[in-house]
Amino acid sequence: MASETVRRIETTATNVHKTILKQNKPSLRFPMRSLSNVKYDPKRGHFEMRGRHKVRTLTVSTVKTFAQTLRMMALSKELVEHEDIATKREAYYVSKNWEEARFLEQPESDAVMDDVEALFEVNREQLGFVPEEKGGEVSGKLVIVDRDSETKKPLRIDCTKFGSGAYSIPISVEHLKFETDARFILVIETAGMFQRLVKHKYWKSANCVLVSMGGVPTRACRRFIRRLADARQIPVYVFVDGDPYGISNIYRTLKVGSGNAAHLNEYFCVPQARYLGITPQDIVDYKLPTHPLKDVDVKRATDAIKNDPFFQHHKEWVRAVEQLLKMGVRAEQQALAKWGLNYVIEKYLPEKLAHPQRFLP
Amino acid sequence: MQLFQQGEPGPAVKTKSRRDGNGKSATEPRPRRSRRVASRNSGSAAQEALDPAPAGDASEKKTGSVRKRETAESMARRQREISVAEFFQKNRHLLGFDNPAKALLTATKEAVDNSLDACEEAGILPGLEIAIEEMSEDRFRLSITDNGPGIIRAQIPKIFGKLLYGSKFHVLRQSRGQQGIGISAAGMYSQLTTGQPLRILSRTSARKPAHYFEIQIDTTRNEPKILTDRETEWDRSHGTRVEMELAGTYKKGRRSVDDYIIQTTLANPHAEVHYHPPKGDDFHRDRLTSELPREPQAIKPHPHGVELGALLSMLRDTRARSLKGALQTDFSRVSAKVADEICHMAGLDPESRPRSLKLPQVEALFRAIPKVKIMNPPTHCIVPIGEELILGGLKQMVPAEFFTSSTRPPAVYRGNPFTVEVGMAYGGGLPAEELVDLWRFANRVPLQYQQSACAITRAVTGTDWKHYGLQQSKGAIPAGPMVLFVHMASVWVPFTSESKEAVAAYPEILRELKLALQECGRRLGSFLRHRRRVEDAEKKKSYIRLYIPHIGIALKEILGLSDKEESKVVEVLTDTLERTRKIE
Repeated sequence: MASETVRRIETTATNVHKTILKQNKPSLRFPMRSLSNVKYDPKRGHFEMRGRHKVRTLTVSTVKTFAQTLRMMALSKELVEHEDIATKREAYYVSKNWEEARFLEQPESDAVMDDVEALFEVNREQLGFVPEEKGGEVSGKLVIVDRDSETKKPLRIDCTKFGSGAYSIPISVEHLKFETDARFILVIETAGMFQRLVKHKYWKSANCVLVSMGGVPTRACRRFIRRLADARQIPVYVFVDGDPYGISNIYRTLKVGSGNAAHLNEYFCVPQARYLGITPQDIVDYKLPTHPLKDVDVKRATDAIKNDPFFQHHKEWVRAVEQLLKMGVRAEQQALAKWGLNYVIEKYLPEKLAHPQRFLP
Repeated sequence: MQLFQQGEPGPAVKTKSRRDGNGKSATEPRPRRSRRVASRNSGSAAQEALDPAPAGDASEKKTGSVRKRETAESMARRQREISVAEFFQKNRHLLGFDNPAKALLTATKEAVDNSLDACEEAGILPGLEIAIEEMSEDRFRLSITDNGPGIIRAQIPKIFGKLLYGSKFHVLRQSRGQQGIGISAAGMYSQLTTGQPLRILSRTSARKPAHYFEIQIDTTRNEPKILTDRETEWDRSHGTRVEMELAGTYKKGRRSVDDYIIQTTLANPHAEVHYHPPKGDDFHRDRLTSELPREPQAIKPHPHGVELGALLSMLRDTRARSLKGALQTDFSRVSAKVADEICHMAGLDPESRPRSLKLPQVEALFRAIPKVKIMNPPTHCIVPIGEELILGGLKQMVPAEFFTSSTRPPAVYRGNPFTVEVGMAYGGGLPAEELVDLWRFANRVPLQYQQSACAITRAVTGTDWKHYGLQQSKGAIPAGPMVLFVHMASVWVPFTSESKEAVAAYPEILRELKLALQECGRRLGSFLRHRRRVEDAEKKKSYIRLYIPHIGIALKEILGLSDKEESKVVEVLTDTLERTRKIE
């Protein structure tokens, strides 16, 4: 794989070089990275690129970005050849050595990195770049088999033995192996709800693995859930806030990936995920306290049913989002505390889990 | 009104002048009479100086220690005429003598105005020598010498020693002076502050001797008092020199005498000016043109500009026997047909005797005039400076990069023809961070004070300069390295006060001002846009040269190019991009 990445970088650079010597303006061809360039294939279960590309030709106005992209490619080649890695932040600092071509802020270097990633249709780990971000904590009936970085010996991690803490998902999860007989994986949006379930050892009574996403799931978190679910053939249930952000940003990204890095969604998605709650109907059934939808919420929900291929494919989802819009309110996971702090453990989750077939797709 | 009823000067007068806000006057020498009265009653004067009681009360107190009711008869004894000279002596701020710095400027200005007007009327290219000598820190000797036609002996005392005496007030013609107050007011100010008389030297021809006068003004009678009158030698064949001593302050910068002289030369490109300031180097400007401005023609009043009072007196004084005749002969643009129409509209007999018309009838006539369509007044009477000479003057005086000017065709406000001119100097050595320097002129006279009250300023602030590439806060004068020259010429410039510092904002005048400003603004805009395009192209070029080496470095690192191959990449690519840039 490493040599394949190097080969692709070299091929692209050679083309640029030849074009320049022919006194023509070189160009690079990037896949479009936006929702408008993805399609949803329910059989494959994730967003795929439609194959539209944008061509960035070297002109006066693109000369800076063009130079930066090429220098980022050179950095990547060096990293891969020396089996080294750089975080996004480190890559940004490396650029400070590029004089006028340096990045002024990290978002600029991140964007160029995303471009290179898409250009070669690989993930950034393969380019030698690793994310700073980490997210995802695990607790419950699971033993993770990792490797000791010095001795290379297997390292067994029992996720029932973290007490009031939890196992945190590493940046790279490809080498992990799993041992579990859990019935399902419960993926939770907020750290607060996760804490409550861990505290009361909910995983023990329900025989499950608990995963906290802490907002929109990182690539590592998505990949971890996907590998665990695939390895042991266990269902994945998602428990998030009943609002457009929980539905359209968190759940959708977990299940089918993002529009921004569609070429990678194949790996970073969890097609078997199902939506447990909070559903718009839950708000009615459990008489949950609500807040009114803000303008951004309304826009997000409208966008989901108008432009997002995933929601458009599932009639149930269109109906649910329309219902939410009609009610004009949202409810958080913790709203269940209205009926008692442990109502969620004693009533809500058991009632919902009794009918998994009713979960939203 | 109260001023005219004050019979007795004294403490009451003093209180009044304090209330006029003329605080400085207390330290300056007062006219002899009021000083004597004040000292006689020094006790109560001091008390009253602190007491802001109305002037009427003060007079009562003075009349007697026992309060006594006035009768119509006793009041009548104290009611008498106030001379105009006396009125202005107490209200000198109205004439521009309200502070020492302004006094020096105003005195210079009045003398220069008179000299230029006199030269032009006589068809002489003006040559002016202005000298200001510092006698002490707050006292100056000012002298202005011109090569004008001179003044005949009999007229000299009246012109310089009598307020409201002049040739220009009764004539509708474009000129600098209007009312005949200026130079005699300057003389009076000089007399008030230093006690020195005006010194006049004048000669009308080589065949006649020069006359030397020393004149004071009798302020009560508004009459000149001649101290000296003798024949003398002068090396000039014709011309006039006015010399006076006055209290004042000399400063540099905006609204200084120096600024005024520079602006005067701009507005009068046909004049040669030599200026000897109290400090620093002499300033000399040769004339830009040896052609005199076309002689402005006097015109009769236009019916649309006449006021009821003026109409009344015109009908009383007319030599015509019929109303129709009076309208035709005393006004411009009134034909027999138009005169008939006006009479018909007013319901008056065209043949009625003008002098027999009663007030209600004249009022009917007055109201009828605006309803009749009358041709605009003739505009040949307006003599603008001209676009070329404005441009020449700005180029000579202002170290700028871009110059333009625009002279509007004549227009009419309230029956008075006028024209507006704008000159603009931008960039170069002008200060970039400050507000635009606005130079206002009326009939070739620079206006230095009351900028915010002036129609010219309103037109400038009401123009959207952002549109033309300048910065401008809302409702403010724009900012940027620019001098803006705005001139209004008219047979009658509507000033907001007697000191002639601000033009009144008639809609027609504002409109013309804006049109002229916009025209120059558009030219400035296209100049700035062009300059920005050139700068952008340069920027792009350096941009290319900045980043292309990095493409070379990256390709070298990825493909292991040699140094020679690397520089080849940079060379070819630079060439390619610069070539296509020109085509774009």
